[in-house]
Amino acid sequence: MRSGFVITRVLVLGVAAAALLYAVPPLVKTGAWVALAVLALATAGLTYLYLTKRHVPAKYLVPGTVFLLVFQIFPVLYTFTVAFTNFGDGHRGSKVDAARAIERESLVEIPGAPDYALTVATDSSGKVVFLLVDRETKRVQVGTEEGLSDLDGAEISLTGKVIEAKGYEPIPAGERDAEVQALAVPTNRGAIKSSGLSRAIEFEANRKYDLACDCITDKVSGERWVADETKGYFVNAKGDNLIQGWRVNVGFANFTRVVTDPNISGHFATVFVWNFAFAALSVLLTFALGMLVALTLHGGRLRGTPIYRILLVLPYAMPAFAMLLVWRDMFNADFGLLNRLLGTHINWLGSPTGARFGLLLVNLWLGFPYMFLVTTGALQAIPRELGEASRIDGATAWQNFRRVTLPLLLVPLSPLLIASFAFNFNNFNIVRFVTNGGPYPVDNNLVGKTDLLITYTYRLAFEGGSGQFGFAAALSTFIFAIVATISAIAFRRTRAQEEIFS
Amino acid sequence: MRKQNLWRHAVLITVTVFALVPILFVVSAALNPLGTLNSAELLPTGASLDNARKLFADPDHDFKRWFFNSVFISLFSSAASVLIGLCAAYAFSRMRFKGRRAGLLWVLVTQMFPQFLAIVTIFIIFTRITELYPSIGFDTPWGLMLLYLGGALGVNTYLMKGFLDTVPKEIDESATVDGATHAQIFWRIIVPLVTPVLAVTTLLAFISTMNEFLMANIFLRDDASKTLAVGMFGMLGPDSRDTNFGMFAVGTLITAVPTVGIFLWLQRYIVSGLTMGAVKG
Repeated sequence: MRSGFVITRVLVLGVAAAALLYAVPPLVKTGAWVALAVLALATAGLTYLYLTKRHVPAKYLVPGTVFLLVFQIFPVLYTFTVAFTNFGDGHRGSKVDAARAIERESLVEIPGAPDYALTVATDSSGKVVFLLVDRETKRVQVGTEEGLSDLDGAEISLTGKVIEAKGYEPIPAGERDAEVQALAVPTNRGAIKSSGLSRAIEFEANRKYDLACDCITDKVSGERWVADETKGYFVNAKGDNLIQGWRVNVGFANFTRVVTDPNISGHFATVFVWNFAFAALSVLLTFALGMLVALTLHGGRLRGTPIYRILLVLPYAMPAFAMLLVWRDMFNADFGLLNRLLGTHINWLGSPTGARFGLLLVNLWLGFPYMFLVTTGALQAIPRELGEASRIDGATAWQNFRRVTLPLLLVPLSPLLIASFAFNFNNFNIVRFVTNGGPYPVDNNLVGKTDLLITYTYRLAFEGGSGQFGFAAALSTFIFAIVATISAIAFRRTRAQEEIFS
Repeated sequence: MRKQNLWRHAVLITVTVFALVPILFVVSAALNPLGTLNSAELLPTGASLDNARKLFADPDHDFKRWFFNSVFISLFSSAASVLIGLCAAYAFSRMRFKGRRAGLLWVLVTQMFPQFLAIVTIFIIFTRITELYPSIGFDTPWGLMLLYLGGALGVNTYLMKGFLDTVPKEIDESATVDGATHAQIFWRIIVPLVTPVLAVTTLLAFISTMNEFLMANIFLRDDASKTLAVGMFGMLGPDSRDTNFGMFAVGTLITAVPTVGIFLWLQRYIVSGLTMGAVKG
């Protein structure tokens, strides 16, 4: 017992030390002091907790809670804050990043600037550098991300290519192309970039950011774009903005957009109605079928019961993601099994009703085995005498089910049914894999007829190059509120709570 | 009585047929010598292993790697999350402390907030983590596992807490009298007693991790790091839906093998393990 105590403590201290060794250096390097402080406090707290003999329940609760905090609660809270910004494509970084990107975009060749013969080489650390030979003066320089520096004693060919240079290894033209393309050697006027395989030219930024007026000026046209801190854009006199923007707080704009933008609010309502119906019907249908099978098998000795059990549970054991794709292809209009079995040529998932019906059918197939399993278990806890007693009292089979069995089943199963509702309300996989939200109306490729709120949000945030993270976060917040409210009402209405705390 | 049994068989056979049709179709497509969706029938028309051979030799789809990734990630994260969940369930079931009721309610409430609603944020967080610690960032199994552990305190904790409540308290009380510490009670008494529910919750966690797509799809962009769900989804792209279907069907069946195996092996635990917890709530 003594040794067990010592071993645990040594183990805890060892793990804490290892975690610190791993986690601290990058934080110090990037100067993330807040994160460092949080890390130090957390490690100290954990070390204390597992070294002391007190706080026994916490020892068991903390591991799960830490993960819950870091990967669920914190992301949820952070989602709320992102919802108040315009974060997304074109608004990813800071204003400095945006200005730099604009300057980089506007690079043009400087007329009359020296023409360099380019040799691509690697330095001692393997990084790509430019070896530049001025075609007129034959001066040899090395260009890196930091800038230009002179290089002595290099051997140059007739065409101006560097054949040998101390400390650098020339590489064949065309190799490591992406790095070569990306390398811009900063100079006083602009930057030197490669132009073709053996030539490099000095470029200059046409548009420059000026701190004094907090604006971008175009040298050629003289046009000015002034920073607009409410929009996160550089805006000119006409009100047009440059594409590159930065992240700013926009207050409740994302939330009001859900309600006021007719393009969104109209869809939001229809998507929500279908979403609710899908979740409710999914639970109802899977529970009904699962319970029917469970009751049929429960009624008494029946030949082949073990075989039925195994076969009926098989859909639950198959990989769901793959079976969703199989179902999608069974519905396929051109090659699908359904059409070939029936000898028809119907585009099952092509009509809104067909696609919705299809999704419910697929979800029924996937979900009923689970309901069958849990109902079977719950049935075993109901004393058989209850049914017999009510039968003696003259109850019909239906009355017996309705008044005795079902209410008794619902007591333990309600929490599971509510959890199933919450799961199906955000059942991303099924929609994404089977219909991908479709069919889509001709005039709108953003919202399909079978889209759930979650798939719609996902598309806004990650697909089609729209990347509206801030707005997607606002939508997520709405979904939270909806699911939580519905679940809370459902819990209140069941006696689940009393059962749980018994 | 006989007539009634006939009805019951009729109901069960109908539902069984419904359950089996898609699976039969997959088996038939996997054995189909042509290997296309177009030529796959409900009943096997041939018995060819061409699709399987093609799947393992295909240079575009590193199926073996994906299979390994999936099983590795699923085994590790389900085992870890069940252990973490059991620790919490032990505390909730056996100890009385301030905030116990609130804690239990929180476990339920967080269930209502599916992790991927916060997907944008998780993306941002992990972009930063990848910059700082590449070995637990994007394209690594470890980062994904950490992320999955965020859901460790959930339905499974509830199942285990319910199951633990059915284990008589007198057992650990007498051990305490004999001088056992809480850790000894947990490891030597509780863990062996709840093996059935441990087996079942591990299986449930394993299945759901194997099927997880959304997080994995954002997380694993590099081909070699993909899981089966992400990789096989790419197999049926818009141009390859018809031609790759036979290969895909073989992949589906192979993916099901570990799960079905564990399922059959644990059959006797499943109903008792799953429902004891459910019944106690």
